[in-house]
Amino acid sequence: MFDTLDQIFVAALHWLVGFLPEGLRPFVSALICIAFVMSVFPGIFAITTVLERKILGRIQNRYGPNRVGIPFTKIRLCGFGQFIPDGIKSLTKEDIVPRAADKVVHFLAPVVMLIPVLLSYAVLPFGKNMTITDYDAGLLFFFAVGGAVEVSVFMAGWSSRNKYSLLGAMRAIAQMVSYEIPLILSAVTVVMVVGSLNLSEIVQHQNNYTFGIAHWHVFTPWGLVGFILFFIASLAESNRTPFDLPEAESEIIAGYFTEYSGFKFALFFLGEYLGMFAIIGLGITLFLGGWTSPVSFLTWIPSYVWFLSKLMAIVFVFIWIRGTLPRLRMDQLMNFAWKFMLPLALINILVAGIWHYMDADWPRWLVCAAIIFGAYAILGRGLMQNQNFGKRIYRYAE
Amino acid sequence: MLGEQIIKGMAVTAKNFFGSYVSKERLTTVQYPEEHLAQKENTRQFPFLVYDGDDWEKGLRCVACQICEKECPPKCIYIVKSKDKKPDYKGQLQVYPATFDIDISVCMSCQICVEVCPFESIKMDTKFELSTADRFGGLLLTKDKLAKSNSYYQKMHPQDAADSDAVIAAEKAKAEAKAKAAAEAKVKAEAEAKAKATAAAATAPVGAPVPTSPPPAAK
Repeated sequence: MFDTLDQIFVAALHWLVGFLPEGLRPFVSALICIAFVMSVFPGIFAITTVLERKILGRIQNRYGPNRVGIPFTKIRLCGFGQFIPDGIKSLTKEDIVPRAADKVVHFLAPVVMLIPVLLSYAVLPFGKNMTITDYDAGLLFFFAVGGAVEVSVFMAGWSSRNKYSLLGAMRAIAQMVSYEIPLILSAVTVVMVVGSLNLSEIVQHQNNYTFGIAHWHVFTPWGLVGFILFFIASLAESNRTPFDLPEAESEIIAGYFTEYSGFKFALFFLGEYLGMFAIIGLGITLFLGGWTSPVSFLTWIPSYVWFLSKLMAIVFVFIWIRGTLPRLRMDQLMNFAWKFMLPLALINILVAGIWHYMDADWPRWLVCAAIIFGAYAILGRGLMQNQNFGKRIYRYAE
Repeated sequence: MLGEQIIKGMAVTAKNFFGSYVSKERLTTVQYPEEHLAQKENTRQFPFLVYDGDDWEKGLRCVACQICEKECPPKCIYIVKSKDKKPDYKGQLQVYPATFDIDISVCMSCQICVEVCPFESIKMDTKFELSTADRFGGLLLTKDKLAKSNSYYQKMHPQDAADSDAVIAAEKAKAEAKAKAAAEAKVKAEAEAKAKATAAAATAPVGAPVPTSPPPAAK
């Protein structure tokens, strides 16, 4: 019974495709999968925009949006209908292109942003047997496609011919290139331990239980550090606070999409959030056991429910961080990436190697935890000492 | 250690997040169209005309003296005097405003009309939800829309209403006293005249004419 519920989407797809002649089946099956991604994830995006405003409001002791519900009725749904008028508004707004802009590149940038982001969903396992393409080099594909987002950001910034756009794009490039390194290095540990780049196999590796608790990678020393590094780097990759320098509204208006309006702006917004969901999905797959349940007695809950609830939980933490931390300065951002995250990620790779070769007993826990804690303390102290600027001196103001 | 302060900050925001669901005092927002803040004693929006009694046409205090119309800085008041007269609260016959319009799209709520009115008849209202789909007609308040009862005024601004009632009561008392005095004087004069007349009537038949003043002595 629960198995049927778990496999209901897979079974429905097979049933639907079964009506077609043999030659058409892979093509139609791919189309249905694309439709699934194109409907589910933008839907989550729509809900997240409202959720974000509501959570930020609650953090600041406000209500947040609570008016719009179902149109033409009195039903308010706690304001979760807000995305409908927002979407209609962005569709009907005038699309302004600056006269001096490079019009072709300006038009292409949001499209180039969205396509790689959507492509990266192809390899994510959303549930048991629910990977769209079970690709052997899935992790590599994900990072390779994700790298194209930087191109679109710079296209947008350059083609707008606006100093704020260009500044935002340059910041974005610097930030994304810097943070992609710890992001990938923290993912490398998982590949080392699992011995595969296939994301479904990585999930399957974590789908074992000892004393009823799952073997998620985050429950190991190297996995915990890897997850935290991956989490921070994914915050930076998706341009979220405290790493939102590329679109710092108090400094450079909206960064690289300053000159975008109407639905192109909405596409950037959508691309950014979809990119965020994709990278969170990858983080879940690598460290939080993908679609598996944390405890063995809850395995009857469908796998896609686990995936989505983990996704929303991490999104909540992202929003929580946005409500807490102020924006970093550019030099702090670079210091953090190159002097803290990169060394720690390298040490973490070493620890993963030690973990792999030591016997599965308590000494390896002790050794690995000790190395990581020592590295964290020393690197953290080094990072904080550099922040000692002393008393600020005003030369002219006094 | 690195990250300690971040954890502390996250705890603070989490406390605010969950606290806002638990305790209502944290949320200072007033859900406006459904909820209203209590208005301050000194709230003033736009002027209105006070009337006594139940019938606004009969009880309107305004006597169309046009002082407010002349004093109004943005000239938003328009008054036409009536041809006939009707008794005011003192019983005195007065003209009344045949037309009294205030264009609240022009009014700047300066309250000068209230300051200058000698008859306590124009006061400031606290109604502020006056938005309308009709730009011109909807914002031009005519006499019937402006007239509001004294009890409404007493409820809205108790202190000011009491003061203005006291002024009117004093005026009324003064007028009554004056009328009474006048009536008494009239009665007295009448009585005197009557006494004189009777006295004259009594003496006349006796013959002696009323002695006139003696002619001035020649010097």
